[in-house]
Amino acid sequence: MLSRTADCLYWMARYNERAENTARMLDVAYQTSLMPQPVEFMHESWRKLLNVSLLEKLFESKYSIYNRENILQFMIFDEDNPSSIVCCLNAARVNARIIRGSIPSEVWETQNLSWLNLEQFLPENSSQDPSAFFEWVKYRCHLFRGVVFGTMLSNEALHFMELGTYLERADNTARILKAKYRTQNQQSQTSNKQSSLFKIDNTSETFDFYHWVSLLRSVSAFEIFRHTYSDQITPERIVELLVFNPQLPRSLNKCVNQLLQLITLLKNSKSKEIERLIGKLKSELDYSTIDDIYSEGLDQFIQRFLEKINHIADEFSSTYLIPLSG
Amino acid sequence: MSTPFDEMYDDQGRVRPHYKEFDDWLTRQADGHIAHKRAEAELIFRRIGITFAVYGDEKGTERTIPFDQVPRIIPAKEWIVLEDGLKQRVKALNMFLHDIYHDEKILKAGLIPKEQIYNNSQYRPEMRFVDVPRNIYAHIAGIDIIRAGQGEYYVLEDNLRVPSGVSYMVENRKMMMRLFPALFERHRIAPVEHYPDLLLECLKTAIHSNSKKPNVVVLTPGMFNSAYFEHSYLAQQMGVELVEGKDLFVKNEQVFMRTTQGPQLVDVIYRRIDDDYLDPLSLRVDSTLGIPGILNAYRAGNVGIANAIGTGIADDKSIYPYVPKMIEFYLNEKPILQNVPTYQCRIKADLQYTLANLKDLVVKETHGAGGYGMLIGPLATVAEIENFRKYLIDHPEKYIAQPTLALSTCPTFVESGVAPRHIDLRPLVLSGKQIKMVQGGLTRVALKEGSLVVNSSQGGGTKDTWVLES
Repeated sequence: MLSRTADCLYWMARYNERAENTARMLDVAYQTSLMPQPVEFMHESWRKLLNVSLLEKLFESKYSIYNRENILQFMIFDEDNPSSIVCCLNAARVNARIIRGSIPSEVWETQNLSWLNLEQFLPENSSQDPSAFFEWVKYRCHLFRGVVFGTMLSNEALHFMELGTYLERADNTARILKAKYRTQNQQSQTSNKQSSLFKIDNTSETFDFYHWVSLLRSVSAFEIFRHTYSDQITPERIVELLVFNPQLPRSLNKCVNQLLQLITLLKNSKSKEIERLIGKLKSELDYSTIDDIYSEGLDQFIQRFLEKINHIADEFSSTYLIPLSG
Repeated sequence: MSTPFDEMYDDQGRVRPHYKEFDDWLTRQADGHIAHKRAEAELIFRRIGITFAVYGDEKGTERTIPFDQVPRIIPAKEWIVLEDGLKQRVKALNMFLHDIYHDEKILKAGLIPKEQIYNNSQYRPEMRFVDVPRNIYAHIAGIDIIRAGQGEYYVLEDNLRVPSGVSYMVENRKMMMRLFPALFERHRIAPVEHYPDLLLECLKTAIHSNSKKPNVVVLTPGMFNSAYFEHSYLAQQMGVELVEGKDLFVKNEQVFMRTTQGPQLVDVIYRRIDDDYLDPLSLRVDSTLGIPGILNAYRAGNVGIANAIGTGIADDKSIYPYVPKMIEFYLNEKPILQNVPTYQCRIKADLQYTLANLKDLVVKETHGAGGYGMLIGPLATVAEIENFRKYLIDHPEKYIAQPTLALSTCPTFVESGVAPRHIDLRPLVLSGKQIKMVQGGLTRVALKEGSLVVNSSQGGGTKDTWVLES
């Protein structure tokens, strides 16, 4: 397969995955923001959300205040923000259009139609509630995935797409965990202070509960948590689930495991190094415990994980996508 | 202009025999049914993404080409003549190309002035004495046909460089079958959907070696080209790679493509890029679309290129007037299809005639394509004519002139209902081991009332073209 085609397949998949995860994250954040809470706290949690995606600077250059309207505008529609949902869907579609001859026409048409139908959600055409839009994005991404698996040969092309998907997903899950986890520590304190204001007992605990539920929901893991633990929701269990669980489709372990399988299928004369990198990360996840993470600090752990994923993505590009000549 | 020939009605207003069945069907359709189907077609074209980019539009807007639901019908007995004429013409054009890059018999015989060839920018001295596989230069030829007068067919242009439109021929047929399946039960319509198979078969013959499974690729300038849909469509339909210049490189006079598993040899390139942009080493140095060194690989016979480098000379409008003579010269046959009478402005008498009759003539640039840089006398304002006159006097050699023919019309859906609109026809002729065609072509229609410009870049639409087996 042409390296350029592989590049487009990989990015088409990454952008779809990013669009979906952004929609998930925003949907949960939006619903959380509807709960009673102090304004400063809400602004702070919106800021954290952008902080983990390294989008703070860009946001601040365009908007003065971290509030719901601005964040949604920025993360959904802003054409200057390469991670906004509109930009992701556009980039996915541009990549698909370039290689439309190399993918089944149903895959291309699904992608194209997502882009064409996006118009109806643009602010000038609609005042629908954001949740309906997030639902729609998730639905289109589910559909895309379904069409891909339902129509594509299990060959290189599919593997390059899957590889893009899992790299992006590993990155996104790690960032969601980072954003939410950091907020949690401060949140308990903040809401403790506020409990008298709301004159409700157990506000802190109640609030924490909703917070963790929202984290789980943003990676479709709430029901899975219930099913897996049948027990109280605690931060440790959440970390354990999202980092180590080998079956959860969005856990770090699952993603890295998929990467390892895919890279074995995609072996070429230059792929030794990337096989090593992924294998190493995989064994680290396999042979670490939740205690190891806490003794290192979750933040540092996630930070290191993100760097490794980044390194793997770079190595992948130079192994497969930057044309091999001579 | 006299009343143009109408494809569906004779001059008494009676439906021509080959349109009877269709007319019968059409009159029985409920009001609004066709309009409804038309909207459906537009939606489907958008979803499938059968769109083209408009040049000069900075937002990169993609448009669909309007598709008209009244088919253009050609009876079999007319088609047989057309097909013979087209094959004859393309055969002679290929012989001409081989001749001018080798023995120059036609120049020695004095049929075409030497300077007409040597001074033409489409003539490639690099191709002198280079043997191309099977002596075929124009593997894919799109010959534009019009009807005028009492319905006589004329050749308007020979498109031998990178003729486009064939994807619309195939997609229009699929769309018609999807929208109106009943029509296909009632007619015996020659199929056209196997065009990509014929094309692949033809391309595989464009190499010197006897490789059993030659690696064929389609070379595109990229997604911003207005015909990008067609490039990727043909690659997909043939099951071959669609490549850009940067995907290819030349080593040891062989062409490779850059793949995820390392370099892979390329045997045949169906290029949809003009000669000028193919090789920045030899042709146009500022080209970023091409492949450095490809000309050498080609001359060494290690890669096939379709159409051959240097084919453009036979596509030039200044050479067009000589094609009937070529047919007689090389084949010793009478031309089956006629040229439109053409005045060559480089000839003094022709220039004078042209200048004196600008308001009645169509004047075209010899290298032009796509309906740009032309004057249609009867539709132009006085100022436009005077403006054009200046160019013409300054550079007469750049222009040819033709009488404004009343292109035939075909009933077409327009806002006010159904009305006659001017049409042309572009059938494709494939030259490989044999010369082959699908029975049909792309019919383009000028949607503006009275307009004679059918190019999609200038507001033209398309129709499905039916060759009816009787």
